[in-house]
Amino acid sequence: MAEAGNSDTATIRGESIQIAKPKRNRNILSKEWVLFILFVGPNLFLFSLFSYWPMIENVRLSLQEWDLLSPTREFVGLENFRYLFTHDIFYTVLWNTFYFTVGSVGSSLILGLLIALLLNQKLRWRNTARAIVFSPYMISGAAIGIVWSYIFDPRYGLIAEMLGWFGINSPGWLNRPEWAMPAVIIVYVWKNLGFTSVIFLAGLQAIPQDLYDAAKVDGANVFWRFRTVTLPMLSPIAFFLVITSILSTFQSFDIIQIMTHGGPVDATNVLIYYVYEQGFVAFNAGRSAAAALVLFVLMMGITLIQLRYTEDKVYYG
Amino acid sequence: MADFSTNRAIVFQRSLGYLAMILIVLVIGVPIFWMLSGSLKTTQEIYSTNIQWVPASPRWGNYADAWNAAPFERFYFNSILITALGSSLEIINATLTAYALAFLRFPGKNLIFVILLAALMIPAQVTILPNYVFFGSTVFDLIGESWINTYQAIILPGASVAFGTFLMRQSFLGLPREVIDAAKVDGAGHFRILRDVVLPMGKPVIVTFALISVVAKWNEYLWPLVITTTQEMRPLTVGISYLFDAEGNNAWGVIMAATFFVVFPLLVVFMFAQRFIIEGLTAGATKG
Repeated sequence: MAEAGNSDTATIRGESIQIAKPKRNRNILSKEWVLFILFVGPNLFLFSLFSYWPMIENVRLSLQEWDLLSPTREFVGLENFRYLFTHDIFYTVLWNTFYFTVGSVGSSLILGLLIALLLNQKLRWRNTARAIVFSPYMISGAAIGIVWSYIFDPRYGLIAEMLGWFGINSPGWLNRPEWAMPAVIIVYVWKNLGFTSVIFLAGLQAIPQDLYDAAKVDGANVFWRFRTVTLPMLSPIAFFLVITSILSTFQSFDIIQIMTHGGPVDATNVLIYYVYEQGFVAFNAGRSAAAALVLFVLMMGITLIQLRYTEDKVYYG
Repeated sequence: MADFSTNRAIVFQRSLGYLAMILIVLVIGVPIFWMLSGSLKTTQEIYSTNIQWVPASPRWGNYADAWNAAPFERFYFNSILITALGSSLEIINATLTAYALAFLRFPGKNLIFVILLAALMIPAQVTILPNYVFFGSTVFDLIGESWINTYQAIILPGASVAFGTFLMRQSFLGLPREVIDAAKVDGAGHFRILRDVVLPMGKPVIVTFALISVVAKWNEYLWPLVITTTQEMRPLTVGISYLFDAEGNNAWGVIMAATFFVVFPLLVVFMFAQRFIIEGLTAGATKG
């Protein structure tokens, strides 16, 4: 290398600068490397310790039988997975997860889009309305679960009394297996509507006005403009919202834990609750870890779909 | 004629719009109002079968009763401590990592960026049990005492950031290059560039992320629920959940007052900062 460099310098004038530069550069570089490690190191270390390592540890736990207390853990191979997939409760949990996810993601997307379309009109007070709609998203899920337990109280709750105006007897909501899930979905949608509508609104405001003007010139009416301009322009955002909403409903724990504890008779027992219940209520570490792994594989699949889809559209560099 | 009819159509459309807006605000607002009004109701008013929107004579005693029903001063202390330390660590980590990724040269930098981003895909729920085992057994094996039910165990797993790093890196890369180059020509080192150029210019995104982080820490539930074992260590969210389980449906007035303790600080933050928070989340979504 040095020889090649020398032979180059022999023919070109000003070579000494050429040689000196990389040297100084390397010095700066190595300093920058140290700084880089100092700056990024702590974050990376914490991620390795509390995110990446636990993932491996979780796999190990899923192959063991352990009550979190005894000093010995017993290796049982795939027994925990076999247990899960041969017992009805796990299929109930998977179905509940599906029901909860489709119900809450579907509702919050459709209602969120409608609210965004409304708040995109030139109405007075719309910014205040946007702030009010968004506020539940900021409130602790624990608090929301408690407030809505009161609202759903079958005798003295707000909903029971409002239904009473029309002479309708309120269902037992959280005490009834068939009503508990709809109730939980209503609460979850109420909390997250602000997020979906605010994101949709930002998407709507990013659509260039010329497109609408052009459509108008072509004689397109409101609905036609919605179909040919708004929807296609909004589809990347809608896709982003579908994926992030699915992932966040998978992780939605506080509202369910507080309102129903997964009941009645497992009617609202979703995967994340099952992971918690097996681990920290039943002290069955292996089964909890196995269920968590199933949850992770599902989430991973969905994230990969998102990545593949957004690859061309989003520039990360 | 034509003008007149389109005007009428516009007025009609506007009225419909306002009507819909009022309806939505009511649907979202009434549960919050119901909490506030419930927190001031007497037992009699709560267990009457007529809707009492506004309590006839507010019973402030519910707040005193709630405060005495559980160690709320302790819950507040814990929530404030966990939020302050947790968010500070997150903000520092995010700023430094973002700066390094945006301005420092390092071999394999992109790989590191991807490793950080990929951590976003690891749900906290997959890590709670292993992390619990870590603070229980592993730490015990290493130093001879378990860290379960300690502040460091509540805070540390949440101290690393991917979302905030991503948000800030994007914003730092958008800063005008000339200003940074000018500072370099003046002989400024990276610490000075960070302090005098990047921090002041990147303030909006840092403030936004700080707010998002504070809200998330304050509301965190699952991890503090599993890692704390005594009342004295619990934050507000976990504290009221235990209170709710104990008092249940028998004292809605007191329970609503207790819930207000959790919600109140965030509603204040939100009133002043909602624009920042909404803009931050929107930017993260439309760019990411």
